[in-house]
Order: sequence, then structure tokens, then C-alpha cells
Amino acid sequence: MSIPSTQHVYRFEVQPSYANDPRAQGFLSAARASGLDQIQSIRCLDLYFLRGHLNEDQLKEIAERILYDPVTQQVHWQEYSISTEEVPQESTQEMVIEVTYRPGVTDPVAEQLLRATRMINSFEVDAASSGQRFVVRGEKLTTDLMHQLAKRLFANAVIQYYSLGRITPSFPKETIASGRVERFQLGEMSAEQLLQLSQERRAALNLEEMQAIQGYCQREGRDLSDLEFEMIAQTWSEHCVHKTFKATVQVNNPNPEDRRFPQEYKHLFNQTIRAATRQLKKPWVLSAFRDNAGIIQFGEQHEISFKVETHNHPSAIEPFGGANTGIGGVIRDVIGVSAKPIAATDVLCFGPQDQSVDTLPDGVLHPRRIASGVVSGIQDYGNKMGIPTVNGAIYYDPGYTANPLVFCGCIGLAPRDTHPRDVQPGDYIIVLGGKTGRDGLRGATFSSMTMDAQTGEVSGASVQIGAPIVEKGLVDVLMEARDQQLYHAITDCGAGGLSSAVGEMASECGGEVQLVDVPLKYPGLEPWEIWLSEAQERMVIAVPEQNLDALEEICEKYGVQMTNIGEFNGSGRMRVYYQDQEVLDLDNQFLHHGLPQRKLQATIRMPQHPSEWLNPDANYPSDNPEERLLRLLAHPNITSKESVIRVYDHEVQGGTVVKPLCGVLDDGPADGSVIKPLSVPGEKALVLAAGMNPEYGKQDPYQMTLHAIDEAVRNALCCGADPNQIAILDNFCWGDPTRPETMGDLVQAAQACFDGALHYGTPFISGKDSFNNEYLGSDGLRHAIPPTLLISAMGVIPDWRLALTSDLKQADNLLYLVGYFAPRFGGSHHNLIKGMPVIEEGMPVCHPKTPGVYQQVYQANQAGWIQSAHDLSEGGLAVAAIEMAMGGRLGLRLWLDEVNAYREAFGETGGCILLEVAKQDQVAFETHFGNKSVRLIGKVLSDQFIEIMNGEYTWLKMRMEDLVQAWKHQQIREMQA
Amino acid sequence: MKPKVLILFAPGINRDGDLSVAFQQAGAETEIQPLSVLCQSRLDWMQYQILALPGGFSYADALGAGKLWALDLQVYFKEELQRFVTAGKAVIGICNGFQALVKSGVLPGANGESQAPAATLTFNQGGYFECRWVHLQPQSQICIWSRGIKTTIDCPIAHGEGNFQLRDADRLADLEQNGQVALRYLKPDGSSANGVYPYNPNGSLSDIAGICNPQGNVLGLMPHPEDHIFEFQNPKRATRSNHSGLVLFKNGVQYAQQS
Repeated sequence: MSIPSTQHVYRFEVQPSYANDPRAQGFLSAARASGLDQIQSIRCLDLYFLRGHLNEDQLKEIAERILYDPVTQQVHWQEYSISTEEVPQESTQEMVIEVTYRPGVTDPVAEQLLRATRMINSFEVDAASSGQRFVVRGEKLTTDLMHQLAKRLFANAVIQYYSLGRITPSFPKETIASGRVERFQLGEMSAEQLLQLSQERRAALNLEEMQAIQGYCQREGRDLSDLEFEMIAQTWSEHCVHKTFKATVQVNNPNPEDRRFPQEYKHLFNQTIRAATRQLKKPWVLSAFRDNAGIIQFGEQHEISFKVETHNHPSAIEPFGGANTGIGGVIRDVIGVSAKPIAATDVLCFGPQDQSVDTLPDGVLHPRRIASGVVSGIQDYGNKMGIPTVNGAIYYDPGYTANPLVFCGCIGLAPRDTHPRDVQPGDYIIVLGGKTGRDGLRGATFSSMTMDAQTGEVSGASVQIGAPIVEKGLVDVLMEARDQQLYHAITDCGAGGLSSAVGEMASECGGEVQLVDVPLKYPGLEPWEIWLSEAQERMVIAVPEQNLDALEEICEKYGVQMTNIGEFNGSGRMRVYYQDQEVLDLDNQFLHHGLPQRKLQATIRMPQHPSEWLNPDANYPSDNPEERLLRLLAHPNITSKESVIRVYDHEVQGGTVVKPLCGVLDDGPADGSVIKPLSVPGEKALVLAAGMNPEYGKQDPYQMTLHAIDEAVRNALCCGADPNQIAILDNFCWGDPTRPETMGDLVQAAQACFDGALHYGTPFISGKDSFNNEYLGSDGLRHAIPPTLLISAMGVIPDWRLALTSDLKQADNLLYLVGYFAPRFGGSHHNLIKGMPVIEEGMPVCHPKTPGVYQQVYQANQAGWIQSAHDLSEGGLAVAAIEMAMGGRLGLRLWLDEVNAYREAFGETGGCILLEVAKQDQVAFETHFGNKSVRLIGKVLSDQFIEIMNGEYTWLKMRMEDLVQAWKHQQIREMQA
Repeated sequence: MKPKVLILFAPGINRDGDLSVAFQQAGAETEIQPLSVLCQSRLDWMQYQILALPGGFSYADALGAGKLWALDLQVYFKEELQRFVTAGKAVIGICNGFQALVKSGVLPGANGESQAPAATLTFNQGGYFECRWVHLQPQSQICIWSRGIKTTIDCPIAHGEGNFQLRDADRLADLEQNGQVALRYLKPDGSSANGVYPYNPNGSLSDIAGICNPQGNVLGLMPHPEDHIFEFQNPKRATRSNHSGLVLFKNGVQYAQQS
């Protein structure tokens, strides 16, 4: 399509008409935080560009009715031409930077602008785009400084470009597709050529896998089209097929005494995680490792589903878009089991926020920018979808600087047994939702590779910006379609795009697709790009012919695009056409079962100090425990996360019983969340919680895993969950598994998943693994993350009135420590505080009798004896007790051991909980527990002091307000508007 | 007979379900209708007794919260809306619905000769979207939704653009005099929020959380009383009961029954 010569481009500038624009203030403080002190002020304007043919009246109408708020903003417009481009000013006191999206990147504002201009009149407008203008003032500004500022704060080169002075807007490029299909003669290739092809196409396939493809070509006497090769690469990617967990593993254990691991796993996943679920045989587990999300029973009439995904590499290179589409993706997993998304969770791992810019590896964004972008991305998607974000955590470690972790979870609710999984030959292949563009190509393989300084540039196309409103439409349509039983099967378009979604649905039967029927965002996509594109917000469903009309009606109602792109059949093959040309023809058997099993080596590493080892020479500093406590409370992993929690809507859908913040001033930390869905009658509620500890991962991955399971269960219990009805999810984020040491850590964690799940009676219902979380710096150094395992728990609570929170409720109540308390300093946060003495020791282990204690806690809660509950985690007993006190703004006196007060206060332990009990319940409560695992440790006071006694003496006494101040000092705020 | 509520649904609206439950609890029947359907069917709005605009992110809040939904109202539903309002029927807009009512000029209403909007809801003073519980004082005695309510209301807010401002600050006195200030933010002890964060969570002029039109039948408010209908929703249920948002909906339903 050529642009008629009558078309012009118009530029609109909208600026706030008042001082103290919060958005501009945000950018200014971010500029200062990143060390650009010369900058005194930043003004922030919105830019809009329209292409078409408009007269002055029409421009005025568009500006006034659509583009600005007359109460708070001013608007100016003019026709854009090259000659009006501003030359970067010579002034050193004021300079201008303008930013806009690269062509092809989703620009939701521009899409709405285009729609709106057409709505108010049939104006001749054919394209729109948006951008921002920053007017920077300061002392001695230089163009170098402006480039730094633009790169650090205003524009991410992966999705945007900027200019000093006026920018030339971009509109989607209109190219003509050649329709060309490349063909590879794999049959004759040498080993070297095979590997070269794998690398050129960024397929992340090793030689053995390439040779398996070669063997298939030889058997069928054929070559491969680019679509075929790319589809195999995506289908066989670590992301889609989990080949590390399916591998045979030879275990090399240097310690012959250690009998926890067999010498060989024939199939790591089946022998560990899946084996636990099979052995536990819980009747309330309705689907485990079968669908896109795990499903458990929720009362007689309903089922609840849970899935947690990671979106690490995209978030590293484009934090907003990466996290945005991460949450979008996991929501589609839940829609993919025909459930309505009812809650979201997020656990985030970042580099230290105070890291100096000079120490960042090449090509890595600053951890502050990653953190603020990720938080904004989650906020944007979750809030706009109307899904409450109710649970999460944030961890900081230098290991996450180049490779942040973004775990996004989603919980779904559906009437029991309404999720169909039965593709029939003859069903149409229907794509719902967004159009297909060149965005997000090869995401599945991208996520399976180590990142380096070029990753951002080369893989820019792997990152997308989400459009939550389009996805909201998918939920609206699909819930009605499910209730009317209009489809036979459903899958989301995630990694691998249509190739993966349609391929998976056709894997049992067969199918045919016509690519020219796929609706495109813009013309010019080559066939393989259409087939592989990971454009967001699309679902594929299998629909029998007789239901098409009904489906179409629902789609029209919600303004959702629906397209018939082909048909399922009984051929046992996947075939794809581009017009008349057959561009893909693959045998299902080979595609889905032809991947050779990987053979991996694992070496079990010995912890530096044996876990549980108590250092007999541990030297407790005798002075100033107050300062230690304040610094622990201010540690980024422990400090209040309120500033992040509040930017997420945690109330929408009206079901949030236990909120992420609790207590008299709504700022106490919650251990988890309780949800009572409005649409489910009765008093039943569900509980969400999580457990994770990367510090322990560095020490001993086996024990770390047991702790993560224990912590997830414990947190759920502290919210009131029934410990006999908790399902768990695993999310592994690991390094390169072809290194035997990394694989050894994985084997330890996987085996502990089996051991822990059986021990706690908690079946795994879903999980996901993300490998190669490493960054190869241009200096040749590898930056790997600590082995990180997130365990997410979903439990059921028979009556929401049993829900518990962590804030102390009433003066004179008693505080009990329950569980087998054995604090250690190995892996503790005490040892992370800079300038404090490190106590060399093993990490704590959970006592084997812990599950029995949890049963007793649950019974005590049912008896009504528990007023509040909080688990001991990062920071240990003192931190946990003070968190309870801060939540209730009530004082507390704690009695610690005369000799070991320091260890008891600051050491860390598993399996322990603090419970607040009213005096009148003291006897009943103590009798219930016996005296083995319960200890009266404190008393709630009406004043605003925390006093810790060692024996009869006051060891520490501090004012509530000082503790609160230390705990709440850290604030992360987003920089992007 | 139960009054019928027409709940408008634009793409991106997400508190339609919560609002529907609240109205049902208050004794009404509800129907959620997408604008696309209303546009095609040209359904007669007058068969309903109450019109409700729920919260969410209509059209992703592109170009300003509620702006494009307001454009829908102006371009496609101008007559229906005007007829409904002029007839004195009960109308409520919450959060995004409030933003749409303000940006389409329905609220504060009766703007004299001027065509330009008199008020707006702009970015929170803090610069961020924020979700937290607030305390509200129902004030207006002409507003059919807030009049006669003796208790204060506790409920959450969840918005990024809820900062109520007037083009001409002098009009504040008019609004007050007309009884158009329907709800104000309070401190937990019931005293005035006095512009202090977080009690006034967004910097709204004179702690205004909601306003009505001069006739009192149209209410717009930023907080979500529809999310405090049941005891389990209230985080302070043990110590602060009887501050539910249901009273507001009961008022509206009662008015609809009587008129």
C-alpha cells in the first residue's frame, strides 16, 4: 500500500498546565538516583502523530475531544515536516529528548487514537503513533549526558528509539511478503553444518537432536522447509518439552555415605516430582501435569487451577514488556483450562538496587530500572485484566543483576468438569483474539539460551508489549463459550505461537492450516513468521461446525476477533499451506516423540559446612543488638514491600479475605492470601502462599528445597489452610544443566521435591523449569543466578472465618513459639548484613516431626485458640515477632534463653511459627500441644516498646516507631508512567 | 417489584461483576450489557430504573482514564443518557464509570453557558496507582444515593487517576452550596482527612471522593463501595463492623422502587 501524496503527518503535543507533574517528578528522582546530578528539572509531554489529510477544524476537534484534558492540560498541534525538526539546541541549560516506539512494536494508545478519530468523524486518517517529549533543564548539559539519560531512563532500544530534539515518527512499515519458503537439505549435512544451522536459526538444538532430525529427513527422503525446521526447534525446545527433566542422569556423588540419590535416574521428572504426586494419590487432585495448569477440587461444584510461569530473559532486556507479557501468558494458561482467572501472584528477584552503574556487565540494564519496569508491567496487566494480585515476594541478590527472575502466577476458578479436552477430526481450528505480527519470534528457544551483551539487540523481536484489554476480551468470550459448550478443546498461544498451540492440539489426530487466513497486524510476514510468531493475546480452540454461529455471536458481543484457519483431521500429520503451496508436512509421531532423550551428568556438591552443623566456637558479638536488629529490618529482603503491593489492585472481584497487608494501619506483612470467590456459595475459601530461599540454595540445594516446601506449607497454615489439602507447584530457575555441578544441584532439588512432598503430604500439580539463567559478559565471565526454586502452595480452608493474619490483636495475650526450634546462622540474613560479623555455620534443617506440629496448629485454630500467626523466615525469630507487633502496633516482651539470646533472636530455622493466644485459652492450648514443640515466648503489651529479655535481664528494648521506620525505609517506585 | 439495573460494559471494564452482586444484595435485578450490543440493538434504556457505570480500564485508559468511554457516551448514546438523567432516574458511576461521567460532562452537570468541562479526575498526587481502604463520609442530602446515611463507609480504592479537580476552584463553593459534594474522605476516627495522605489518598480537592449532579440523581465516586458488601471483605471485621458500602446501593434501589 503506498501513501497517497495528499497525506500529511500531524503532530500534537500535550503538556500538563500545572507544576509538580508526578510523572515528571518520578523521572527526575530516577535521574538523580542514577547519578545524573546536573539535572534540575524534567518536563514530560505526550506526543501523538496522525497520518492522513485533515483540515484545521478537524485537527482542533481531534485535539479537544480526544487528546487532552482541558482542566489540567494544554495542547498544541502543527503539521509535521522534516523542516520543522528541531536541531539539538546549543544551550547547555535546556535540552530536549523525544522518544517513540519502533515500527512493529505494539502501541496500544495509537490503536485507540486511530479508532477514536474515526469515531468522531469519517476523517481521513490512516495511521497513528504516540511518543513522549522530555524537556530537561540543568547545569552544563551536554549531548553526551542527554544520550546517557535517554538510554538509562527514557528509551529502551529494544522497543523504542529516541532523538535529541524533534523525532521523526514511525508508522508500521508496509512491506510485501515474498511468500518465500527456504529449504534445508539436512540429509547431506556434516555434523559441523548441522550445528551451524542450529546456531544460525537460534534453534538451541544440540548435535544429537540435529542428527535425529537428519535421520527423519533421510527416512522420509526429503528436505525441510524453514517452517518445518523452526516448528521442530520450538516443539523440542527446553521451554516446551522440558528435556532436562526428562533426561537420564548419571549421578556422581563424592560422598559414599550419602544414600539420598540413586546412581542413575532413567527419567528425572517421572522418578521425582511426578512420582510424589502419583504416590500421594490425593483424591482432590483433578489434574496434575496434564493441562496448562494444575487443578484441584474446590467444594462439590467447583475446581480451582494454578499455574506459575517465569519470564526472565524478556524481563532482563525489556522489563515492562517482559513482565507484562509474563503475566499475560500465565493468565492464558489458566484460560487454557477453561477457568476464570481470579487471582495473580508474583515473585521477583532483582540485583541490588544500590549497585553502582560502573560495575554493571555490558549490555545489562540497571537493577533499579529492571525492578521498576517489572513492577509497572505486572501492575499494568494485572490491574487492567481485573485480576487481584494478592501474593508475592521480592528478593535481592547480586546473582540476579544480569538475569532477574520474574515468576508470574495465576489462579483460576471453573465449575467442576467443564474443561473439555477432546479434539474431534472435523473440528475447525479457530484463533481468537489479537492479530499476528512479527513480534515475539523464537521466544521458546530464546528463553533456553544463555544471554550475552548482544541478546538485547538480536532478540529484540522476542519481546512484546501486552494488550491486556484484548486478553480481557478473551476471558469474557471464552467463559461464555465454555458455559455453552461450544468448543472441544482449548490451548493458549504461548511460546512457539500457532506452531506450538495447533501442533499440540493436533498431536493426537492431525490437522491442516491455511496461513493466509491468519489475520495480520500488517502485511509482509513470511510464512514461517506467521506460523512461529508469539504475538500475544491469542487462544486456539477446536470448534465443531454447528457451533460456529453461536461463537461468532459471543465474539461480536465482546468485540473479539475470531478466525477459522483450518481443520483437525485423522491424518496423524500436521500440514500447513500458504495459498496453494504446502509449506509444512510433519509426522506427529516424529514431531512429538522423536526427540532423543538427553543424557546428563550430575555431580553432587558438598555444602561448605554440613547442614545443621552448629559452630561450637560461634562468637556472638556482645554489643549493640539494637543496631543489628534495625539493619536486619532494613535489609531489602525483609523490609516492607508496601510501596510495590499498593500499586497492584488486590481487591477487584471482591473475594480477598486476607489481603497482602494487614493490621491496624494496613501495613503489616501477610504470610499469604485468602480468597473467597463471590460466585461460589458457602463459606469455603482458598489460600495462596509461597516458599523460597535463594540463600539456602547457595548452601545446599537439597535442604533449600525442603525448606521451600516447608515454608510454603507453613505460610498457608498461618493463613488458616488445612494442611491436609495443600497442593504445591515447583518453579525451577537454574543455570546451564550441561554443567555437571549445576545438574547436581538440580538432582538434589528434584529428589528433595519428592522427599518433601511425601513428607508433607503435598502433591505437586504443576510446575515449570527455566534453565540457562546465565549471562555471558563481554569479559568472558559467566554470571549465573543462585539455584532458585519457588514453591507455590494452594490450599483450601473450609470456612473463611478460620482465616488468620499476622498482626498482634490484643494486649496481655500470650505469644507461643511452636515447632522444633533449632536456629543456625548458615544462609541467614544475619550473615548478609554488611559490616556485621559472619558466623560460619551450617544452614538449618527442618525437623522431621514438623508436619505433626502443623496438624496441631490447624486443630488449635479450629478450636478458636489462635488470634494471630506468623512464620519464622528471613531474619529469624526477632524479625518475625517484631513484624507481628508492628502489624498490631502493640508492644511485646520476648523471653529468650539466657546464654543463647543472640542465636535465638537472629539465627534462622525451618518449621517454626509464632502464635498469639488469649490468656483464657492458655491451658487448653498448652495441653493440646504437650510440651515438646511449644514454648511460651512472649507477652503482648499495650505500650509501644519491644523488649527482649535474656533470662531475667533486658537484653534489648526499642521503641516501636524506630523499628517501623527502619522496616519501612526502603521504597521501590516505578519510573515509567 | 425489583428495580432493574442496566450495567454498562465497555471493553476493559472489570468491576461489573462486583457491582452486579452489590445491586443484587441491595434488592435489585441486574443486566450487564456491552456497549457494542446496546449500539446495535438500540435497546430502550427507559425500561430500566437504574443505570450503573462500573470500574475498570475502559479502552485501557488510553488517552486518559474514562476519556474514550466518555466519547462513546457522547457519540453513540447521547440521547439515551440525557433522557435517563433528565427523567430523574438513578445513575451511579464508580471509578472508571465516574471518570466517564465527568469527562462526558454529565457530572458535575449544569455547567451554565460554558461548553468546556468544569471538572476532571487527574493523576493521583503521589503519581501512582494505589489500592487501599479508605473511610468515607456521605454528605449530600440531595443525592438520592447518599442522603440519610448516618454511618461512615469503609471501602477500598484502586485507581491511578482519582484526583478530583475543578477548572475553576471558585466553583467549589457552588458545588457545596448545591449539595453536590456527595462523599468526602475521612480519617479513621471520623475527622476530616484535611488533604492528608493516605486518608485523602489521591490529593482530591477538599477531600472530595464523590459528587452528584444538581438534581441529585446522578452520583459519581472513585472508591468501591461495591467491594464492601459482605463481612468477609472487610479487613477490620473484628473491630469495625457496620461500615459497609451496601447502604449506598440500598438507597439507590429504594429510590428506584419509590419513583
